[in-house]
Amino acid sequence: MFRNSYDNDSVTYSPTGRLFQVEYALEAIKQGSAVVGLVSKTHAVVVALKRNAEELGSYQKKIIKVDNHLGVALAGLAPDARVLSNFLRQQAMSSQMVYKRPLAVSRAVYAIADKAQGNTQQYGRRPYGVGLLIIGHDEAGPHLYEFLPSGSALEYRGAAIGARSQAARTYLEKKFDTFPDLSLEELIVEGLNALRDTLAQDKELTLKNTSIAYVGKDTPFTLLDDDKVVDWLAKLDGVSRKSNPRPTGGEEAAEGTTTEGEPAAAGTTAAATDAPADAAPDADTMDTTE
Amino acid sequence: MEQSPINWGRPRDDIYGHYSDAISQAPNTHSLPKKHTQQPTVTGSSVIGIKFDKGVIVAADTLASYGSLARFDNMDRLTQVGDSTIVGIGGDVSDMQYVQRLLEELEIEENYDNSGDQSLHSENIFNYLSKVYYNRRSKMDPLWNAVLVGGVDSKDEPFLSHVDLLGVTFSSPALATGFGAYLALPLLRQLVPYPDSYKNVTEADARAMVEKCMKVLFYRDARSIDKYDVATITKGNVKIEKDIKCKDQNWRFAEDIRGYGRTTS
Repeated sequence: MFRNSYDNDSVTYSPTGRLFQVEYALEAIKQGSAVVGLVSKTHAVVVALKRNAEELGSYQKKIIKVDNHLGVALAGLAPDARVLSNFLRQQAMSSQMVYKRPLAVSRAVYAIADKAQGNTQQYGRRPYGVGLLIIGHDEAGPHLYEFLPSGSALEYRGAAIGARSQAARTYLEKKFDTFPDLSLEELIVEGLNALRDTLAQDKELTLKNTSIAYVGKDTPFTLLDDDKVVDWLAKLDGVSRKSNPRPTGGEEAAEGTTTEGEPAAAGTTAAATDAPADAAPDADTMDTTE
Repeated sequence: MEQSPINWGRPRDDIYGHYSDAISQAPNTHSLPKKHTQQPTVTGSSVIGIKFDKGVIVAADTLASYGSLARFDNMDRLTQVGDSTIVGIGGDVSDMQYVQRLLEELEIEENYDNSGDQSLHSENIFNYLSKVYYNRRSKMDPLWNAVLVGGVDSKDEPFLSHVDLLGVTFSSPALATGFGAYLALPLLRQLVPYPDSYKNVTEADARAMVEKCMKVLFYRDARSIDKYDVATITKGNVKIEKDIKCKDQNWRFAEDIRGYGRTTS
């Protein structure tokens, strides 16, 4: 029944020095849809791909604001992310209340990393089943951190977690040298480019399934969804999806990416894509496995 | 005293009666009524502070009085916290020492897990202190102090604020606690009558006025001494000068005072 006898709790090592429950938790992250984060000298950005569990349901929220200078994007078990982000909100408010200053991003990250590590050491607990990309801005500038249930918390210039995120990482690794000097707008477009590389072949970024958030000096944390991402999707160029090109012809691909989410893979509706936001839900091809 | 080797050092029974062990039978402190501070015991007097164009000067004398007794004449009442803040404390000295330990702990915690992304500025320390004082007054067990926090804030602007045993806070370009609020503040306000006046005050002017204030306080505040510490905080620099004597004292007026001292008639 069990894969092995060393995965019944999160505190017992296998003879080869592994903590299986922690590794399973890391697998849970890969079940979640992808999120991508990146930083320039001035801003930090996360973009996320939302899923809806079923046709009639809403899309799972992927980005949570913590404070005016801080937010998280999640991949994995959303309830665990809620617990962590609620904790972070308390920490941020406490910092504001006691010291009258925003919570430093590194402090926020290490606070939840310590909680996650505790779960790998105390019997009767389970690791969080969620990975987070944390973006924020503090006295030291913009930051992007990756939080994992193992308790690891590392700072990145670009990072991606979740399903098929390797494709986004490949994109980021190719381009990260340019990130520091990008404007906020260029940074967001690069994030969307990376996110688009994680899509399955019959999928597109649409206003329904895309979330964008950014923060910087004098730029409070801002979360864009639905109608507000349309303009950003329009900035994507249709041919840059190199690592995972769509099967249809190049012309249609270019138009299909710009507006709402009728799957362009159907290949016949390019003329109808200027339909406004209240068009029919685009989800008939959405994956429903999260 | 008992001289026999067995009970050596004990009180002799024939003189003092049998040794009473009542003290060891006394009820422990948990069953006694909890007592809150009703008045300060050993006290420091005024703390004064004034902003100038590039920073803040804070000064306090070094006397700790036990009632009207000048009990300790070398009490440091100015404490540096972080690298741009001075906390000057008047009122109960034991409460001051407790607060100094809290501030030390705050600084250690700040440095412990901080990768340098953030530092403690004056307004952060002041806000923390105001919560401590308001928390204790809300427990009806106040820390019996009046505190000035002076330094440079996160925008590199001079910072000067006051918090007291009630948790009341306020800011001004010139502040003074205790008797200084009556004797020194009017003098300091000659330099900085309006909130922005400090921008036209040089360090030398502010310093001269502080020295004048400390002398006036020594003349007229009976719980003061003519030895004081001065802290000058500017951006990136905290300078503490200890044991400065009041200069150019003039006691000629004392000759004419009748009714006490050597001229009782």
